[in-house]
Amino acid sequence: MSYSWPILSLVTFLPTIGALAILLIRGDAKTVARNARATALWTSIATFIVSIFLWVGFDTSTADFQFVEKIAWIPSFGINYHMGVDGISVFFVLLSTFLTPLCILASWEAIEHRVKEYMIAFLVLETLMIGMFCALDFVLFYIFFEAVLIPMFLIIGIWGGGRRVYAAFKFFLYTLTGSVLMLIAILVIYFETETTDIPTLLDAMLDPRMQLWLWLAFFASFAVKVPMWPVHTWLPDAHVEAPTAGSVILAGVLLKMGAYGFLRFSVPMLPYATEYFTPLIYTLSIVAVIYTSLVALAQEDMKKLIAYSSVAHMGFVTIGIFTLTQQGVQGAVVQMLSHGFVSGALFLCVGVIYDRIHTREIARYGGLVERMPKYALVFMVFMLASVGLPGTSGFVGEFLILVGAFEANTWVAALATTGIILGAAYMLYLYRRVIFGKLEKDDLKAILDLNPREIAIFAPLIVVTVWMGIWPAPFLEVMDASIANLIEQHKVAMNALQSVTVAGN
Amino acid sequence: MYALAIFLPLVGAILAGFGGRALGDRGAQIVTSGCMLISAVLGCIILAEVGLGGNPQTVELFSWINSGAFEVNWTLRFDTLTAVMVFVVTVVSSMVHVYSIGYMSHDPHIPRFMSYLSFFTFFMLMLVTADNLLQMFFGWEGVGLCSYLLIGFWYEKPEANAAAIKAFVVNRVGDFGFALGIMGVFLMFNSISFETIFAAAPGKADATIQFLGFEAHALTTLCILLFIGAMGKSAQLGLHTWLPDAMEGPTPVSALIHAATMVTAGVFMVARLSPLFEYAPDALTLVTIVGATTCLFAATVALTQTDIKRVIAYSTCSQLGYMFFACGVSAYSAGIFHLTTHAFFKALLFLGAGSVIHAMSSEQDMRRMGGIWKMIPVTYTLMWIGSLALAGIPFFAGFYSKDLIIEAAFGANTSVGMYAFWMGIIAAILTAFYSWRLIIMTFHGESRADEKTLAHVHESPKVMLIPLLVLAVGAIFSGFVGYAYFAGDNMNAFWGDSIFVLPGTDPIAAAKQVPAWVITLPIVVAVVGIGAAYYAYMAKPDLPGLLAERFQGTYKFLLNKWYFDELYDFLFVRPAHRLGRNLWKDGDGAVIDGLGPDGVASAARYLAQKVASMQSGYVYHYAFAMLIGVAGIVTWYLVVGSGG
Repeated sequence: MSYSWPILSLVTFLPTIGALAILLIRGDAKTVARNARATALWTSIATFIVSIFLWVGFDTSTADFQFVEKIAWIPSFGINYHMGVDGISVFFVLLSTFLTPLCILASWEAIEHRVKEYMIAFLVLETLMIGMFCALDFVLFYIFFEAVLIPMFLIIGIWGGGRRVYAAFKFFLYTLTGSVLMLIAILVIYFETETTDIPTLLDAMLDPRMQLWLWLAFFASFAVKVPMWPVHTWLPDAHVEAPTAGSVILAGVLLKMGAYGFLRFSVPMLPYATEYFTPLIYTLSIVAVIYTSLVALAQEDMKKLIAYSSVAHMGFVTIGIFTLTQQGVQGAVVQMLSHGFVSGALFLCVGVIYDRIHTREIARYGGLVERMPKYALVFMVFMLASVGLPGTSGFVGEFLILVGAFEANTWVAALATTGIILGAAYMLYLYRRVIFGKLEKDDLKAILDLNPREIAIFAPLIVVTVWMGIWPAPFLEVMDASIANLIEQHKVAMNALQSVTVAGN
Repeated sequence: MYALAIFLPLVGAILAGFGGRALGDRGAQIVTSGCMLISAVLGCIILAEVGLGGNPQTVELFSWINSGAFEVNWTLRFDTLTAVMVFVVTVVSSMVHVYSIGYMSHDPHIPRFMSYLSFFTFFMLMLVTADNLLQMFFGWEGVGLCSYLLIGFWYEKPEANAAAIKAFVVNRVGDFGFALGIMGVFLMFNSISFETIFAAAPGKADATIQFLGFEAHALTTLCILLFIGAMGKSAQLGLHTWLPDAMEGPTPVSALIHAATMVTAGVFMVARLSPLFEYAPDALTLVTIVGATTCLFAATVALTQTDIKRVIAYSTCSQLGYMFFACGVSAYSAGIFHLTTHAFFKALLFLGAGSVIHAMSSEQDMRRMGGIWKMIPVTYTLMWIGSLALAGIPFFAGFYSKDLIIEAAFGANTSVGMYAFWMGIIAAILTAFYSWRLIIMTFHGESRADEKTLAHVHESPKVMLIPLLVLAVGAIFSGFVGYAYFAGDNMNAFWGDSIFVLPGTDPIAAAKQVPAWVITLPIVVAVVGIGAAYYAYMAKPDLPGLLAERFQGTYKFLLNKWYFDELYDFLFVRPAHRLGRNLWKDGDGAVIDGLGPDGVASAARYLAQKVASMQSGYVYHYAFAMLIGVAGIVTWYLVVGSGG
């Protein structure tokens, strides 16, 4: 389906327009802050509303890219401004547009200095995230993919906690190292095929031996972003130091970039290498699930605990993608969306009490349910979703992944399923220490329950978490065709490859 | 009407949970109990229509998860097995709701409590009406959640919180098996809907499955995995440790969840999946052995416990063992029969114990009770009725169902059947013994309570006694009335297709043809057990102490519940925490960061000093430098590309 207006560009650049508008705001510090907040909020809400049209107007019957825009950019090299979404990427666009207004709302009071710059950084970040998920040209993709780092780096480095500079650099170095290799891979592909157009490349057949090297180069970049064990240690530090909203976007959207990269590039373009390296992915993912769950059990800092749980949940995602079964891949996408809502919401939950007491140390809390029953309920919902209780979005994703894994390899399924036991243990243990018990600490005795602004942040997240858990059909239908196509293409490619080898012998 | 019976408790839970402040305590009690009572009436009608009328129903709701061939819908399925469960759940739950009005009247969180109870009932009903494995899993985990919430209801008590987490996590261990079982069923049958898999099961009787590198008999593997789930939920040996601790929750919770309904879900599951289990004889053997062993194990532990609720909890565990070995010898209908009668008399015992605790100002230790039977005669009588039914004294409910199970085990005429038979007989003596030990320690002899408590002992209010009376009626008559349908002449018409037994075998008929001594033995041992308890605790009250001293090793072993908790703590809990800490500090901290970023950083620091003059310290500059770098590389390739 094609719209007469460039809806993807609109969604992508609307936040930038908002950012420019904020840039123009003049006046005394207070007015600037107030107007910057309002502009950012309304811009991001408008962006979200426009993005809804992508979902409504989406044609579920085809796996092709939709809402496509293609304008020659650097014609001498065949590089185009090429945008489009399929049933997979459309949800990541929606996830970004959905979470950004909530993040801005969550920063309403928590960010006190340099509000203007903060809001600009956030809106620019939104543009870059959306652009990355829409880009259908490698060069365009790479620019967005790398540029996302800049506002995130600034958000952690300027508005972060005590060790923010260490965390920001760790984050930056890790992700940049991987990216350099990806850039090389992109260049190699360009020299091989003389195109950077992604839909064209999806049909291209690369030499199997070269595929292995290309795959590893992509892997270096994506694995850091996911993050997969053992390149995950930047994440806990980044989360701990980032402001609440930064953590939400980091966990909610940025972590999905790696997995999206696997789905968009590694799997369809490099089918032989994907098959070849699947055991590696399985191994690292299972280690991630079990190792980080155990580490989460030992954490004393709430944010760190949730950060480690993110690594474990993303371990499920990478397993799901590489099962290359309908259930596994669909589960992986659902799990990513679910994780976006749920871990985002959990970071917001931490933010709520951090704003009040200014500590994230678990031992400093206890008995909050006494004073904060609404908060306890909200936290409970997201804790359960994180644990994967049926009826929440977390279950649908996790279970589909495991079904896919069982089809592919029962060992993987059995080992990954231990994650549901450990997940329950560390989350319930956290909840107990923070929410239950006697309210004994003096500064907690006067703590206030959620205010209307905070309820407004959590309400949409609860709705979507339960909705996806009980009636996920509207989500699953949209991604159905694209994922079926992905798997079908993989099979065709593997068969073709086999017949070539047979003929070669 | 069918859907209404299931969703009314949910409506009640939501109203009381979110409107608790508007409704007030009284309002919340009325709304939830009202919804529950209507639901119970509907439950009776459903049993009449589906079970007695032989008219199974399905109610389609909407689609749940559709992913390729994995298609799951929300559907309510009502056949006789479901109808029996719906009946039991709604009736017991409504009685517990009413009882809670009195029992929890001094609690500051009444709406929350009532809401949880109703919420639990909703999940339990979803579990029993499931039409596919995943929906069953939904109910299964849902009741687990409510159990967690209710055990930890008094969140200020550290023991309650610990027990709640333990219950959830141990159940998760069981669910690990259940979940893998569901995946395996899907791989095998390409569907997880009961209709489809039951129809296809005979065709897969000889199929094999690749599981963890082994080529195993498919249905056996799947049934064992599913049974692990049942073991967790029904507190069978190995995964039973959470149930006694769950007694930290308020007593109505123990009655409803940890005696009458949720813990029986495992038995229900095995009966529901009888078309699969019947083609997996090895799995059935395992079910029998686990059931029979648990039945004896739990009874031995119950002998030494002093907390009144823990005695009943172990008794529940033991009775669940009976139900399982009934299923194990294919006498599913006997298992479900015992499930039904047990629901009445065990709920009665728990609520009766609650009435005692209520009277004794929250005292639960039987060592500080005694001599109060005259002060609370109604409760006392009701406890007698419950115990008589539990011990299987003729014409009380347990007599019909428990003896049928023991006979079925004998009638199976296999070695595991005989094992189960003897375990069941020994456990029957112990059951009678600990039941009267409980009655005597609680009500008779010299009072060991302090004066303040004694002065305050009072009979419970009507709102608590009336539900007890209703349950007492069930504890007396449910066996007598139910026998004809569950295992008697009307049996085949009653069950219809809801329970499957291999064609050509009839374990219930075999149970009825056992020799006379097999039929009389359970009654004899029950009487012996009661007599022994009378002798040891009434006639010679010093005897138990002497025995405990004499056989100190055995006594300690039993008192400490065979040291399961200590063993698990040593094997799993501590290592997990220690490993987590080590992986974090050494794995992440020393190895990964040490060799990775921090190591690189310190190496880079040297170089960095050399170029320090170029660095301004502003993050903007770094970002800018990066962009220039990207642009530079792209430009370079543009040039090279055009050149080539």
